[in-house]
Amino acid sequence: MRFDSAEEGLAAQADLPEDALQWSARLRRAGVAAFPPGRLLPDRQPAYVASWIYVFGALTLAALAIVVASGMVLAIEGPTWWHLSRVGLFVNSMHLWGVELFFFFMVVHLWGKFFMAAWRGRRRATWITGVLSFVVSIAAAFTGYLSQQNFDSQWIGTQAKDGINATGAGAFFNVLNFGQMLMWHILLLPLAVGVLVIVHVLLVRRRGVVPPFAPDPGDLVASEAVTAATDLGVDGMAAR
Amino acid sequence: MTRVTQAFVARLADSVINLNGPGRYVHWGFIQISVANLVVVALMIVVFVAAIFLPFPEHGRRDR
Amino acid sequence: MSPTATSRRTRRFRPDRDVEEWHGRYVPYDIVKEFAASFAVVLLLALGLSIVLSSPDESPVTIKSWSQHAPLDFVRTAVTELAGTSPTATYGPPYNSTPGVSQSIGPLSLVRLMGVHHPIDTALDDVIDPLRTLPADPTLVAAIRRYTSAPAKTEQGWTNTYGAALGRARFVDDKLVTRPGRYGPVAEMIVALTAMARSGALDGALVSSKQFYGTDYTKPLLFIADGTYMANLGAAQHLQGNQWGMMNETGNFPGQSWLWLYTFWYQIPPFTTSSNADALVWAIMVVLTALLVLVPFLPGVRAIPRKVRIYRLIWRRHYRSLGARADRTG
Repeated sequence: MRFDSAEEGLAAQADLPEDALQWSARLRRAGVAAFPPGRLLPDRQPAYVASWIYVFGALTLAALAIVVASGMVLAIEGPTWWHLSRVGLFVNSMHLWGVELFFFFMVVHLWGKFFMAAWRGRRRATWITGVLSFVVSIAAAFTGYLSQQNFDSQWIGTQAKDGINATGAGAFFNVLNFGQMLMWHILLLPLAVGVLVIVHVLLVRRRGVVPPFAPDPGDLVASEAVTAATDLGVDGMAAR
Repeated sequence: MTRVTQAFVARLADSVINLNGPGRYVHWGFIQISVANLVVVALMIVVFVAAIFLPFPEHGRRDR
Repeated sequence: MSPTATSRRTRRFRPDRDVEEWHGRYVPYDIVKEFAASFAVVLLLALGLSIVLSSPDESPVTIKSWSQHAPLDFVRTAVTELAGTSPTATYGPPYNSTPGVSQSIGPLSLVRLMGVHHPIDTALDDVIDPLRTLPADPTLVAAIRRYTSAPAKTEQGWTNTYGAALGRARFVDDKLVTRPGRYGPVAEMIVALTAMARSGALDGALVSSKQFYGTDYTKPLLFIADGTYMANLGAAQHLQGNQWGMMNETGNFPGQSWLWLYTFWYQIPPFTTSSNADALVWAIMVVLTALLVLVPFLPGVRAIPRKVRIYRLIWRRHYRSLGARADRTG
């Protein structure tokens, strides 16, 4: 067989019935079924997605990106750098304020999602991965504070050890061991946060943004108080 | 780094407002909270309320 | 797009668990542009905050700085380490096997179950072994030998007497002055340890005791935390447990306000006086965190959003549009 181009050749030999039972083919089909491109990166949202509260998920993600990027710069230079260099102190400040902004936006996002009861309609896993992201982020921030190598980290370590020891975890999670805490902070916990956040975002894409609660009876009564419906951008498509 | 760049970076690193020094705290019964944390929490509430009440640009009227 | 909850339902519709999926209008929404705009906004905010406010970096306490700024506190703590009466020496697991001190909830003590994983013998680790690293000084070597070869009761007698004497001791011209007494070799050992601390050598000896490259600061940190010097520094910065300290940061920087509920319990009885406070608070927070994770399954809690009706504000445009549609069709 010969084809006019590589693309043509690949297209003619892709997705063939005889390959359908392959693990690769099955995984691809499941992936595409769960996340067709129009759902993975949509250009439309339901008309009810019309409030500033909806941007706080994106703001949280953006803050996380800044935390990770500034953290990478700190990692490139090593843990002592920011104590000795003014550029280092500035990057550390970006990292700290990135974290403050991350938690700030995440909490507002959580409040919004709670009051929208965003777990409805088979979206419980979305809520669960969101809360777990919050909890694991707290652990990541905690190990970050322990990695500062200054008075604050000494204090937090010597105080927190009592709580952690009381759970029995102090036997293998030693908050006074800088090396261990640093590695949890820059490798294990960011991975955990990353995986949870990716799953959380994919779940949002899969299920879509939660629809509103059912209307009150008064919402469906025609009312002359609603004049030019066009200034609400409604085009008259009836809800089924 | 040139001297100009160094000076610029040094100015970046020196804070305009120095938050080091004794912390200011607010006491209310058994509750004790730093002014800084109180500001953060108050801002969170203000931003949450604003996010709900501020009008969101509508489709068709947005300059996108 | 999403599978319809209604068509697959064989169970009763519960408004706090289920929802009618959307069959209505979709409007253009550029989420990549939204993320790019969010990123620009947050980047500007972070840059602004970093430039204007910077970040804190309080210098750490060292054994050296401690022994220089609060020498009496240092020597008193060092004697308790030698005597085995310090908070670390009597901590129990994971540092040592002191009986009856571990925190528990009822009969369950997880820390005792896990056992000793970071063994610390404060007399050896904090005093005797560091002294042994010093260049050989015949009198000091003899003092150490005399101490370690004495029976336990004799050692205890010496450390008790010396510890009591330290209650009235002073530093004069950088020299520790105590009234004469039967201290055995303890006084000499502690004086040598203090000199070692003030030179900075004790910091190093405590970190790198087993290997060249050390990253484990357990021993020096526990030693420092046994004294009151660091505790006083913490109290001055409102970092103590009973000052809502877990939420706070040094200086006037914002801290970790998201830990408010965790630190709250330490402010109220019975946790303020309980010797099991840490175990109890952790248990409570594990339960509450689990409940937060499981909100979608909790009938009363998951009904709060519908009852509180803040959603009416969030989706007000949508509910208004339903009336407008009724206008047209009705």
